[in-house]
Amino acid sequence: MGFFLETVFGGLMAGMLYALVALGFVLIFKASGVFNFAQGAMVLFAALAMARLSEAFPAWLHVGPVLANVLAFVVTALAMVAIAWAIERFALRGLVNQPPIALLMATLGIAYFLDGAGQLLFGSATYKIDVGLPKEPLFVLERFFPGGVLLNQEDLVAALVAAALVTGLALFFQRTRTGRALRAVADDHQAAQSVGIPLARMWVIVWSVGGFVALVAGVIWGSKLGVQFSISQVALKALPVVILGGLTSVPGAIVGGLVIGVGETLSEVYVGPSVGGGIANWFAYVLALAFLLVRPQGLFGDRIIDRV
Amino acid sequence: MTLVAATLRGAEQPAQASGTEASADAPRERFATPDGGARRLGDVVLAVEGVCLAFGGLKALEDIAFDVREHEVRAIIGPNGAGKSSLINCINGVYAPQHGTITLRGELLRRASPRHAAARGVARTFQNLALFQGMSVLDNVMAGRSLRMKSNLLQQAFRLGPALREEIAHREAVERIIDFLEIQAHRKTPVGRLPYGLQKRVDLARALAMEPTILLLDEPMAGMNVEEKQDMCRFILDVNDEFGTTIVLIEHDMGVVMDLSDRVVVLDHGRLIADGPPDAVRADPEVIRAYLGVGH
Repeated sequence: MGFFLETVFGGLMAGMLYALVALGFVLIFKASGVFNFAQGAMVLFAALAMARLSEAFPAWLHVGPVLANVLAFVVTALAMVAIAWAIERFALRGLVNQPPIALLMATLGIAYFLDGAGQLLFGSATYKIDVGLPKEPLFVLERFFPGGVLLNQEDLVAALVAAALVTGLALFFQRTRTGRALRAVADDHQAAQSVGIPLARMWVIVWSVGGFVALVAGVIWGSKLGVQFSISQVALKALPVVILGGLTSVPGAIVGGLVIGVGETLSEVYVGPSVGGGIANWFAYVLALAFLLVRPQGLFGDRIIDRV
Repeated sequence: MTLVAATLRGAEQPAQASGTEASADAPRERFATPDGGARRLGDVVLAVEGVCLAFGGLKALEDIAFDVREHEVRAIIGPNGAGKSSLINCINGVYAPQHGTITLRGELLRRASPRHAAARGVARTFQNLALFQGMSVLDNVMAGRSLRMKSNLLQQAFRLGPALREEIAHREAVERIIDFLEIQAHRKTPVGRLPYGLQKRVDLARALAMEPTILLLDEPMAGMNVEEKQDMCRFILDVNDEFGTTIVLIEHDMGVVMDLSDRVVVLDHGRLIADGPPDAVRADPEVIRAYLGVGH
């Protein structure tokens, strides 16, 4: 039983990371109706920038590692805002009122551009991010199980950060005027413009928020597993997560991430040995496929009903 | 109803209740004189001069000129493809006419941008509904007040005093409009789930929430049943009476146009063929020819 719980916790933590990336997808989709293929590339770019800057700042500015991390985080966040602005200015502005497929293709282009630009600027080796997350393992529930259940403190912190981020964003979207305007833009560009909502500014805001979420995901992911090109492939894992959770639901992204994280770890550990392993690689996609058959709008997505 | 008008305007300057007392007795007169002669039409609010619009070789509008006076209900009629919607889209800044000028309260509308036009006080509804389907009725109407809300992102994010007070003041104004258009019962319903007639009403509410200088209604009664049409007519008249909103209206139903409007512009194949009070327009041989065709 202790081992089972450990496996579940491990899965939850992996799921948290998927959820963070998926969150970026959902935010941008909700607010601009664009399926952002570049989310993975944004995570990679942010993680690379964060890793390289926090490495370089102590030498450049003669600051301690903590301050260097803070500075690197702030500078990277600003860079993500700048990227958001550039994306709006050079890619999206010309595509207002165009069919969604045009925007989708544009984000595909942006993804390749960011992948390349990030590695060109910051190098393509494997880098470390060390933001001082506690590394010692933690044993809990020792009263119930012999030896207790092993928990990773780093993962706990990550989970807390993610939870705070999600709560904040959900409130922002539901309760503020800008959140309302963002939802309005997502629903109908033309109508939003005609009531005077500035489309350009809204897009910069939502892509900045998407960039910020990418940064947080990148930092957590990077400090756990190192920063390398494969991070941008994480985005692929986030696709089944959004299908499972629903493309328009923030809680859906979280629950979807957790379900897939836990599902894939459990199946790998308990079913894997009997089929020769490797389940974690395809588990998420098969689950997503099953969902598309049974519940295409996902667990929490808006059900689309068309009047005929 | 007086209260409605007072508080609708009062969101920014709360002490205005006395100003609306006078207008409360005035409105009914217009039913006694359907030609609008006795009504307090004001100065020219919107002037369209020499507007030409072409899509490639297709001439949508040719040398259109007319004006709209304050407090007026101005109808634009014409057969399908006459250019009515194109004309409204020019005023609203969706299309940029190749020639001609559009002047709003003496100021030229230079940039063709819907947002720019909205900031100048042009509100509109859409022929094919363009509501924010996933949002509640309340949120839809609140979105109409975007231009009037000034708090910055930081204040909103942390729900600081100014943002909160602003939200409450505007929420009040929006509730009045929702009451006025009798959609209270559906305030929290996602718009996509409402029947068509009610959605049209929400569209009107959202435009009204902008407190526009001029309200463009693109076929507000298209696809409605008789009862819904009557309701909508009543609302349009009430809006015009209570708020003094200047209205430009595209409509196909001739009966409606004759009842509602003070003056009528008739378009045919992108040209303006008649302009005047409803009765004169109805008798115009050119108009009859455009609508009924001629015997050969």
